[in-house]
Amino acid sequence: MPSHAAHVALQHHFDDLDQQKEASTFGMWVFLVTEILFFGGLFTTYVIYRQRFHGVFVEASRHLDVKWGGINTAVLITSSLTMALAIWSAQVNRRKLIVVFLLLTMVLGSVFLGIKVVEYGDKFTHHLVPGVNFQYAGEHPEQAEMFFSLYFCMTGLHALHMVIGVTLLGVLIYPSWKGRYSAAWHNPLECSGLYWHFVDIVWIFLFPLLYLIGRHVS
Amino acid sequence: MLALALPFFPEEASSIAGEVDLMFAIWLAVSLFFTALIAGLIVYFMVRYHRRSADEVGKPEKAGMWLEITWSVVPLGIMLAMFGWGARLFFELHRPPANAVEYWGIGKQWMWKFEHPEGNREINHLHVPLGQTIKMTLTSEDVIHDFAVPAFRLKQDVNPGMYTTVWFKADRIGTYHLFCDQYCGAEHSKMRGSITVMDPRDYAAWVAGGAAPGTSAVAAGAQLFQTFACHTCHVYGPGWVARGPGLQGLYGRQVPLEGGGSVLADESYIRESILQPMAKIVRGWQPVMPTYQGQISEEQLVDLIAYIKSMGEAPPQNPGIMPGAPGAGTAGAVGGTALAPTAPTAPTEPAAPITAAPAGPAAPGPRPPSIPSIAPPPGAGTSGSLRHAPEAVSTTTALTAARAGGRK
Amino acid sequence: MSTDAATATLDRPNYLHDGYGWKSWLLTRDHKRIAILYLVSITVMFGLGGIFAMLIRLHLLTPDGELVQAATYNRLFTMHGVIMVFFFLVPSIPATLGNFFVPIMIGAKDLAFPRINLLSWYIYVLGGVLTLWALIHGGVDTGWTFYTPFSTTYSNGYVVSTALGVFVAGFSSILTGLNFIVTVHRMRAPGMTWFRLPLFVWSQYATSLIMVLGTPVIAVTLLMVAAERVLHLGLFDPRLGGDPILFQHLFWFYSHPAVYIMVLPGMGVISELIAAFARKRVFGYRFVAFSSIAIAVLGFLVWGHHLFITGQSVYAATVFSVLSMLVAVPSAIKVFNWTATLYEGSLSTQTPMLYALGFIGLFTIGGLTGVMIATLGIDVHLHDTYFIIAHFHYVMVGGTIMAYMGGLHYWWPKMTGRLYPGSLSKLSALLIFVGFNLTFFPQFILGYLGMPRRYWSYPPEFQVWNVLSTAGASILGIGYLLPACYFLWSMTRGPAADANPWGAKGLEWQTTSPPPTYNFDTPPVVTEGAYAYAAEEHVVGQREVQGA
Repeated sequence: MPSHAAHVALQHHFDDLDQQKEASTFGMWVFLVTEILFFGGLFTTYVIYRQRFHGVFVEASRHLDVKWGGINTAVLITSSLTMALAIWSAQVNRRKLIVVFLLLTMVLGSVFLGIKVVEYGDKFTHHLVPGVNFQYAGEHPEQAEMFFSLYFCMTGLHALHMVIGVTLLGVLIYPSWKGRYSAAWHNPLECSGLYWHFVDIVWIFLFPLLYLIGRHVS
Repeated sequence: MLALALPFFPEEASSIAGEVDLMFAIWLAVSLFFTALIAGLIVYFMVRYHRRSADEVGKPEKAGMWLEITWSVVPLGIMLAMFGWGARLFFELHRPPANAVEYWGIGKQWMWKFEHPEGNREINHLHVPLGQTIKMTLTSEDVIHDFAVPAFRLKQDVNPGMYTTVWFKADRIGTYHLFCDQYCGAEHSKMRGSITVMDPRDYAAWVAGGAAPGTSAVAAGAQLFQTFACHTCHVYGPGWVARGPGLQGLYGRQVPLEGGGSVLADESYIRESILQPMAKIVRGWQPVMPTYQGQISEEQLVDLIAYIKSMGEAPPQNPGIMPGAPGAGTAGAVGGTALAPTAPTAPTEPAAPITAAPAGPAAPGPRPPSIPSIAPPPGAGTSGSLRHAPEAVSTTTALTAARAGGRK
Repeated sequence: MSTDAATATLDRPNYLHDGYGWKSWLLTRDHKRIAILYLVSITVMFGLGGIFAMLIRLHLLTPDGELVQAATYNRLFTMHGVIMVFFFLVPSIPATLGNFFVPIMIGAKDLAFPRINLLSWYIYVLGGVLTLWALIHGGVDTGWTFYTPFSTTYSNGYVVSTALGVFVAGFSSILTGLNFIVTVHRMRAPGMTWFRLPLFVWSQYATSLIMVLGTPVIAVTLLMVAAERVLHLGLFDPRLGGDPILFQHLFWFYSHPAVYIMVLPGMGVISELIAAFARKRVFGYRFVAFSSIAIAVLGFLVWGHHLFITGQSVYAATVFSVLSMLVAVPSAIKVFNWTATLYEGSLSTQTPMLYALGFIGLFTIGGLTGVMIATLGIDVHLHDTYFIIAHFHYVMVGGTIMAYMGGLHYWWPKMTGRLYPGSLSKLSALLIFVGFNLTFFPQFILGYLGMPRRYWSYPPEFQVWNVLSTAGASILGIGYLLPACYFLWSMTRGPAADANPWGAKGLEWQTTSPPPTYNFDTPPVVTEGAYAYAAEEHVVGQREVQGA
């Protein structure tokens, strides 16, 4: 209790900063477990239907743009690096570097979202958005529509998480600039980082599942 | 006195009802025993160890590992025994006996449509003969319904887009409730009907004299087979281009699939192949079949599937032309072969093969249509379209559908 | 408890005195005040759900459905189910009693994330508002199970709003669960080892595991239903190749474990009540503790028993059947251990104990009938009939609500600092027990006779049992109204309670009634196990400290 009791970030109901740190990091991990199951429902649905309508799904997946998807994967992985560097900057007490890396991460996240908008727009112009205007030339348009339904559900949910992530980082910039985070206390950065990496990992699964596998099959 | 008028147990009117009731009665006894045990102990302890002074505390716990083990293992043992029994009965419920006669049921908001093998159709009420094993194949046109007959201790969800089956053997004459047990919308509780179990002779009379003894499912299916031009691809004549796998003896076999694996050709598979032909491609065939989704109603599907099933089920000695029941006139649809419904009193599946396929090697084997004009070499060892259907071969010697013709 | 001394305790600074304006409540981060906020909101929801239940029972007095239209009836039972399950039973014990007492019982000042705790209440309210919006605009008629394709294509109710309401409320329970897990792991007072935790905390911990792991799945499933309905996607639509049974799998993957979300906290309450009113350590403490975890884990593996008659594979059904029986074992262990705790106890028959004993009896019946319908051959006959209705009301009402009422009566003096009338509360406990059995036992018989659930009208031969059931429901209704009255009275007029009116063990009884804002005037240090009533049991606690 005594050592950190005076720290400005210590909340009233914790004994010390260590307890507070452990609690919030642990809480974040539990939250990520929840998130895994949240996406899990969609992944399960996708995998089941993919197996059931294998040919149609493979055919439909060819309408996704691997180039944009690949670029986005690279962008996201880089953003995870910059996020990690932001936390490192806090650990070595480099106040300005935290802000720089946070901004970089936000920019990369926004680039990802921008590319996603381009991809969505492309689907829209080609009438591949499920709904009344859906048009699909190949076999079994109704099952292809299901593929695109799942595509939009999964990437849309992921994009929503990205938006939340970018907002979260935006909120952290001001306190970082004010020097609130240091080697002794930078838990909000660390938890946001965990979240960011998680969202990144979800994409690492989405990209091959939606864009890549089965593509080579003739 | 009032209690006498109160119903406690539903009537038992099927071959399994007695067993279900016995199982339930045993569970009831077990439950009563444990409930009485717990309640009795609670009451006894409450009296015996009632608090006598305000600051009294209970005596410390004594070690009770053997107790813990006992009251874990004993209930587990009872449950596993009952599980085994229940599972056995459940498996029995899901394996219709071979001699079952097939009836069809279609649920829609908010009515039941039934079709007898003899072709009679009924709404909400179903007549069945006593002592006859009956297999119901069920599907829905809209939402999920449920075919429930409490007197038979029977229940099965009726799903859109797939077939489920139940079987029963009614063993008591009478009329029993038929309920829809899966909530299906506003008039769910009005989706009620009845099942009338009749003496077989009465039933035969009822079938013959029924209001609308129609075309049998198989005959109606044969007609649809023509209407939808199924025969142009799935039936081979001399020099015909075989674009689709033959259907002779298809039902009940394992179909090898493109891309590996195989699938059992049951009702659901045939249905899927009609509505979503691309879902499973038979090995060696091109995916060229158009979908019939939206063009064919559930009732038509039922008939068509009944017909396709009959292709492989024809008994060898079946003369093919059966004495004319009322529907006989409609039955000549397929190439002049009289595809008559069975006589009412003989509820066997009518034989209605239209491919002649006179001998084993003659039946088209699965092969790419790129070499359509070359007949498969004799002795290719395959019969039917599915490589391993030897017993289907002998069934059709006598029958030659005039138009489809023998292949040779 | 002399009146003077007790009144003096009411005047002490406590959490109720820490600010009086609406802001001090609506912006509070005190887990105790948030628990009170939850208590008020779930009571409103319980009242609403109860009114629907009464209307359903009144309607079923006659076989031909003379009170309301079929469409109205369908909306009644749907809203009854949705409100009772998602807005009352799921949050009932965790968000009120758990919120209030988990931190106190482990000697913490608050939950780990007080702001998230408040947020969860706002999310709950938002979910409730969305659902009530649907209700006001004409309701929803899918049943609380939202089965596709009826819900996605055919229903003409406000499915999207209701589904979103449930979706939103789900996050409130995720956040509550998350908060509890972290709190139990990280916030225990010095000396509070895992095996000194009260069993209520164990059960809340197990419940939280299910909340965190199960709720997101139903959240995303309902999101898919809403998306399918609005955007006409084909995820569960058989006409587009979708599979309505996949929906059922996803739905029950949460909603079966949700049953344990609802009943596990109740079991925790019962452990506390039995120990307190037998003044004795709960028999087989570790078995009871681990049985909670076992139920939480096994509970995730049994969802398929809701699909025995859908046409799922017989082998899957077999596996789900045997697993469903396995999950009954830890429940049986609890019942036997509670009963054994009574042996050589010092038993009193105060109101909370009456509820606890009622719980054991009714839960035993609910559990045994549960095993019956897990038996494959029998379930075919009983599935979707009133037998199922009776079974889960025995578990949910006879179990959870009895425990909730028992817990409320037990901790009321601690929460408010006031007592309630003893004999009146005993009468209400009796009315609830009798009314409950009269309501739901006839439904077992109706179910075996074959009366399907969700029936607006029914064959006339079922009428007698339905009339009995309705008669019971009216007794049950009065039984629930009585506590509402005397609790309201007690809040303002009730005699003051002292710190430990029951003479019970547990940290919550060591602090004042009502507790101060940070729960304890001096942070507690724990030196003994839970329920250390007898001198020898202090030693048990000591040994465990050395072992830990």
